[in-house]
Amino acid sequence: MLLTIPRFLRAALLALLCAAAVPALAIDYERAFDDPAMQARYEHINRELRCLVCQNQTIADSNATLAQDLRREVREMIAAGKTDDEIRTFMVDRYGDFVLYKPRMTPVNYLLWAAPVLLLLLGTFVGIRFIRKQAAQADTDGPEAGQS
Amino acid sequence: MLKFGLPLALFALLGVFLFVGLQRDPSYVPSPLIGKPAPDFNLPSLQDAAYPVASKELLGRPWVLNVWGTWCGGCRQEHDTLLAIARTNAVPLIGLNWKDDSAAAKEWLRALGNPYSVVASDPEGRVAIDWGVYGAPETFLIGPDGTVLFKHIAPMTMEVWTKEFLPRIQAASAGATSAKG
Repeated sequence: MLLTIPRFLRAALLALLCAAAVPALAIDYERAFDDPAMQARYEHINRELRCLVCQNQTIADSNATLAQDLRREVREMIAAGKTDDEIRTFMVDRYGDFVLYKPRMTPVNYLLWAAPVLLLLLGTFVGIRFIRKQAAQADTDGPEAGQS
Repeated sequence: MLKFGLPLALFALLGVFLFVGLQRDPSYVPSPLIGKPAPDFNLPSLQDAAYPVASKELLGRPWVLNVWGTWCGGCRQEHDTLLAIARTNAVPLIGLNWKDDSAAAKEWLRALGNPYSVVASDPEGRVAIDWGVYGAPETFLIGPDGTVLFKHIAPMTMEVWTKEFLPRIQAASAGATSAKG
């Protein structure tokens, strides 16, 4: 099927497809810093912060003007020698915990953090009970046999 | 009975959570600024860049900060409501012109009418970030002591104004006069 397309058309098609993919690469990353360590911090923090206008994207993924502005703030704070924690606090003070993709350990968030463990314990408990019950029913020797 | 009871109860609980979740607006992010001191700003006025708009000068009475831009559809939608609110002279209505073109903003106010006592110009959006603004229009109510009392995220309506803003303005004004007297 593909062979019926003339060679020059195939080349043109390929070029078009490549061109269409270029904007996807162009989000940010004009390098913010020459220093690779600072650049790495910059990219890392950007990937942790939520863009609040486009809620399921980080500010590293989004080119909304708010995301651009927040990247500028991060860049300037890193340049000013602020620590990662200070930058996160700056964002949380203004936008609340929701701005962080990785929620902090605060009393409000304890249940959120504990939920996976609690659900795992609950699941294990239900599972064990179920297996024991099955074993007890399957065992014709007596109801206690499965419990040993 | 118990065999079905527990899964059924869990299912019902999950159903309640999901149902409540459906009623909530995920684009609404509560502001951590409520009850905290309003972030200070000192910005050039939109109408005359030589004339600064400083938040400190507004202390002593309740005031409203409305974040807007000519690029924002919701701002056009709420504009007539803001004009009506301004006519009641309840509180000073301060505009924050957010990431906008000054010429376009001035033209907007000239053509549609100006509800604001004064408009602060924030073309770089730095003050907006300090206030935790993420989507215009947003409207803040600030108390006489400079505390943020309330924030409305969405176009202003008369219903929101009379239900949420006016009672708080009255309470704040009463508090301020009794503290002075």
